[in-house]
This record gives sequence, C-alpha cells and structure tokens, in this order.
Amino acid sequence: MSLDALQEVWFTLNQNRLRTFLTAFGVFWGIFMLVLLLGVGQGLKNGIEQSFSSDVRTSMWISSNKTSLPYRGLPQGRHIKLQESDVDFLKNQFTEINIIAAEEPLGSNFRADIYITYGQQSGSFSVLGAGANYFKIKKNQNYHYGRRLNDFDEADARKVVVVGTKVAERLFGNEYNPIGHQIAINGVSVKIVGVFYDSGWEGRMSERIYMPLAAFQKTFGKGQNIGSIAVVPHNGVDNIALSERILGMLKERHKISPQDNTALRLFDLAKETEEINNTFAGIGLFLWFVGLGTLMAGIVGISNIMIISVKERTREIGIRKALGARPRQIIYTILSESLLVTLIAGYVGLVLSVGLLGLYNWMTNEIGLELPYFSHPEVDIHIAIVALLVLVCVGAVAGLVPSWQAARISPIEAMREEA
Amino acid sequence: MISLEGIHKHYTSDSRRLHVLKGVNLSIDDGEMVSIMGSSGSGKSTLLNILGLLDTYDQGAYQLGDTAISAGLSEVKAAQLRNRFIGFVFQSFNLLPFKSALENVALPLYYQKIGRKARNYRAEKLLDLVGLGERTKNMPNELSGGQKQRVAIARALITDPRMVLADEPTGALDSATTDDVMAVFKEVHRTGKTIVIVTHEHDIAEQTERLILLKDGQVER
Ligand SMILES: Nc1ncnc2c1ncn2[C@@H]1O[C@H](COP(=O)(O)OP(=O)(O)O)[C@@H](O)[C@H]1O
Ligand SMILES: [Mg+2]
Repeated sequence: MSLDALQEVWFTLNQNRLRTFLTAFGVFWGIFMLVLLLGVGQGLKNGIEQSFSSDVRTSMWISSNKTSLPYRGLPQGRHIKLQESDVDFLKNQFTEINIIAAEEPLGSNFRADIYITYGQQSGSFSVLGAGANYFKIKKNQNYHYGRRLNDFDEADARKVVVVGTKVAERLFGNEYNPIGHQIAINGVSVKIVGVFYDSGWEGRMSERIYMPLAAFQKTFGKGQNIGSIAVVPHNGVDNIALSERILGMLKERHKISPQDNTALRLFDLAKETEEINNTFAGIGLFLWFVGLGTLMAGIVGISNIMIISVKERTREIGIRKALGARPRQIIYTILSESLLVTLIAGYVGLVLSVGLLGLYNWMTNEIGLELPYFSHPEVDIHIAIVALLVLVCVGAVAGLVPSWQAARISPIEAMREEA
Repeated sequence: MISLEGIHKHYTSDSRRLHVLKGVNLSIDDGEMVSIMGSSGSGKSTLLNILGLLDTYDQGAYQLGDTAISAGLSEVKAAQLRNRFIGFVFQSFNLLPFKSALENVALPLYYQKIGRKARNYRAEKLLDLVGLGERTKNMPNELSGGQKQRVAIARALITDPRMVLADEPTGALDSATTDDVMAVFKEVHRTGKTIVIVTHEHDIAEQTERLILLKDGQVER
C-alpha cells in the first residue's frame, strides 16, 4: 500500500469519525473482553494451584483416631496410635511405595499451648516432628533462607528446626535472615537452619515448625507414636487400590475391624486435586464460553457496521466512479479502511487488556494486593492474536461483500442515492 | 470530434420497456460549446450519460475522437476513458462532503496515481481560475451553491479533459450565481475545451454556440 493510498484511507476514516469509532469499538471490546476473561480464568487456575500444599500431588496421608466397632473382644472407642514401626513394616510390604515418612505433632494438634519465643518476641505455632524422607514429600516447599532438614539431622537427632515464613516474620520481622539463631519451643532451645514458604491451606502451612523426628521424640518425651504416615506410590500405581490394601494391612496390625471406617483416616491428595481441578475446568470452560460470546457479538457488530457504512457510502462510491475510480480501486479502498480500523482497534484492545492483567500482577507484587483463589492472571498471547486475526478477517469479509456490490452498481444509479 | 449515429437506449423497469432514445444522430466539433434542451423526461440526461460513458447504449455507433466506443464497453475501460477525457458537472454538485474544496478538486488525479503535492498544486491553480483561490480549505457545507458548482467545475477540469459535460449545472442556483457559473464555463470554453450543457433554461442555451433540441427520442434540430 502506497503512502498516498494510506493517507487517503486515514483521511476518510478521520473525516467519518462516528462510523470509524463504532467499528473500532466493536473490535476493541471483543478483544479486550476475551483477553480479560481468559486472563481471569488463568488467574483462577493459578490461584487454585497455589493453594495446593507443597506436598507431592500423588501423596496419601494416613492418620488414626478412635475405633467405631468392637473387634475380637476389644471394645469400641479405643484410641489407635500409629507407630514408627508401621512405617518400616509398610515399606517392606509394598514394593509400590516410593516414599514413606512419619509425622508427629507436638500437643494434640492444638497449637494454643505451644509457646515459641525469641528474645521478647513470641507466638503460637504448630510444631511437628518429621521422620526420615519427610521432605521428599514436601518437595515443593520454597526455601527463602537456609536448607531443608536432612538425613544427618535425623541420624544425629540434632536439635535443629526449619520454620515457615509466618513464624520467621513473627519472631524476627520481615526480610530478616534468622539462620543460626536459637528459638525456644516451650522453653527448649533449638537452632533455625531453614525458612520455607508452603502455599498449602492458602499459606497457612507456612505457620509451621519442623524438627527431626528423633530429636523431637527425645526433646519432648515422645515415644514411638506418630500422628500420620505419608505415602507416595511409584509412578503409574493406582492410588485407590494401594490405599485400600495399606489400610487393610494396618487394620490387621492394630486389631481394627475391617468394617471400621473411622479408626484410620485417609487423605488422598490426588483425589482432592482432581476434584478441585474439575470444578475449575468448568469455570474455565464457562469463561471461554462468555469470551467467545463477546467475540461473536463483536463479529456481528462489525459486520453490521460494515454493511451499513457501505450502503451509506453508495453515493460517495458513485461519485468516485464517475471521476474515474475503477471497481477494484473502490473495493481496495474500503477494504483497506476496514483492515486499518480493525487492526489498530484490535491491537489497542490487546495491549490494554494485557496491560490491565499486567497492572494487577504488578500491584500484587508491589502493594501486596491479593485476592483469594486468584493469582497471576495471564493470557496465552497466541490465542489473543488468533482472536484478533479472526476479527480482522471478519471485518474484511463483512466489508468486502457490500463494497463489491457497491462497486458494481453503475455510477448514475449510485449518485441517485440520497447522501 | 464526437459523433453519435443511430443511438438507441431502452430502460426496463417494472417489466415495462421504455424506449428513451430512438436513433439519435449528433456530432459535436472539438472546442464547440453546445446546449441540449428538451422537455422533462425527454432523455437529455440519458444522452449526456451515454456521451460521458457513465451509461451504455443499446444500438448505434459512438465515436469519441479517435476511439470507437462499443455498446458493450467494459466498466474498467469506461472508468479509464472517463478519467482521461471527460469532466462532469452535475446539478447537485456531487462533492464529497468530508473533503475540502481543494481535496475534492484534486480527487480525479488520485485515480491517475499522481502524487499528492502535484495534485494539490494543480487543484489550487484551478480553484484560482474559478475564483475560489481563497476557499481551498473550506468544506462543501461552508460554500454557497454557486461556489460548490465552481468547485465542481474545477474538479471537472483538473484532468485536462477533452470535454466537459454538465447536466443542468445551474438548475439549483439563483440567477446571480447562474451568471457566475456561466461565466466560468465561457472562460473554460475560451481555453479550447468542448462543452456540453444540458439545460431547460433558454437564457443558458442562448449563451452557447449551438442548441440541440431533443424530442420524441430524437434530435430535432
Ligand atoms: N435507470 C432508469 N431506469 C428506468 N427508467 C429510467 C432510468 N433513467 C431514466 N429513466 C427514464 O427515462 C426517461 C428519460 O430520463 P432522463 O434522461 O433522465 O430525462 P431528462 O434528463 O431529459 O429529464 C424518463 O422517463 C425516465 O423516467
Ligand atoms: Mg435530467
């Protein structure tokens, strides 16, 4: 396209602002809304993903409670206590198990009676003894300072801990590296070797303190009892079938009726994850649906405006033809106009909507603005560009048909139209 | 020289066939200024449109200078010939409302792919010629009827056509501005252009060199 032709097109657009604006707005709005909706959908998805804990997604957590049925002469209402030996037993019984680890809480899972102090600062947080391999399951914990607990900590029963970011903030304030400092748990002094962030329970898993199980048992006078056992099967193993067999085996070891459904509790992360994912897949589909609806509305709008505007211009087209414009030049001019408008408007829509998503992300980072179950909205730019191209093509085709017709009617006929 | 021989033209509307031109014979010399008169509906505009290649005829022969215009002239060819050889002036001016006087005048040269600068330069000269050198930037709605028609005449002249065809150019003007416009036509005629004016006013016809009277689909005189 020559500069002169472009100027001519620009000139016509500029002199017919309302028409130009209406076309432009249709395209702009279609793209703007589509990108925004897709971005919001992605934000929801990211938000959900973030609220998952840092545990390996295929992990299963087994904990114990009271029996609800009498069994082999034992009464109901008996407290079942999982033992550290159960861990070794299961590990030997099931080759399907990839990782298995024990976890024992301090207190009765209530943290109100646990006092953590550092100098003048204090707080109440959960304290857990973490057995060997435990941190292979907490794989996705994000360490801001220091390191995880390791096999040597466990083997030597070192009095060291890793603390969640919320714990560190309470005791040391923001942005302070507490590695090497001693804190007191109910008066017992332990050394911090790591600070982690865990997104689980929307970040509340970062309000925890972990200690090697061996040291934990010694320090707090615990026996071999453990609160829960975490199991991660090898890839490709059916979680549900395996969990049933494990529970059966544990019931036998602890003399629990096979029909008792309350004595042992199973939390299968894979199942939970899938349920939540399904819900949000539904929401995502809905957003797509709405976005495509907006796009369709944009398409219909552009088509209408193009058809109307070409009709409106019949007289103009007649005059141009009388002055020597060939049919092809007429079509070319109208097509260039609609392409220019849709491209620019679509581009602006794209930039503004992507910018808006970016602004939200910037505010999240800089100001700490956060919405629940919503994080880092973003859009696949390829999808956005395809949507834009669709709109542009539709605009072009919508303009092509009537302009082709208009270019074919005789100039006398066309000039007879009221302007 | 322009010559028409035995030109016939029919219109078919609502399944009724209207025989408008029934064997028109006519010749106009280069540089002549003629007027065409006739009662309303006698086919003056039809004749002018055929002369101006805006419409085709059904039967006969049309010679435009060296070029024989066949009955089935293609649209593209017609557009080219119009652009090069013929300038139009209409009763209702037919200026593009969103273009200034200068840009309206310059438009035909755009379709000759002549650059903007050259276009505007020539358009300015022609607006000067028709006495509107001061109104180049005005939009059509800021001009009087007479001024609009003078802009239209300038536009008709910008391609330096062989002839200028005007269909009732003063039909929408009062007598004072009619004189202005006719003065411009005479000025243009003096530069050697062929001018054909369709009119129903005897005053206008008397200012031309020859009167062609259209009656019953034929040239009576
Ligand atoms: N496109 C057309 N379709 C049908 N009839 C037409 C058309 N154009 C003109 N006519 C008819 O042809 C006759 C001559 O029209 P026209 O040449 O405009 O007359 P004039 O200009 O002398 O008043 C009129 O009866 C008019 O109604
Ligand atoms: Mg007429």
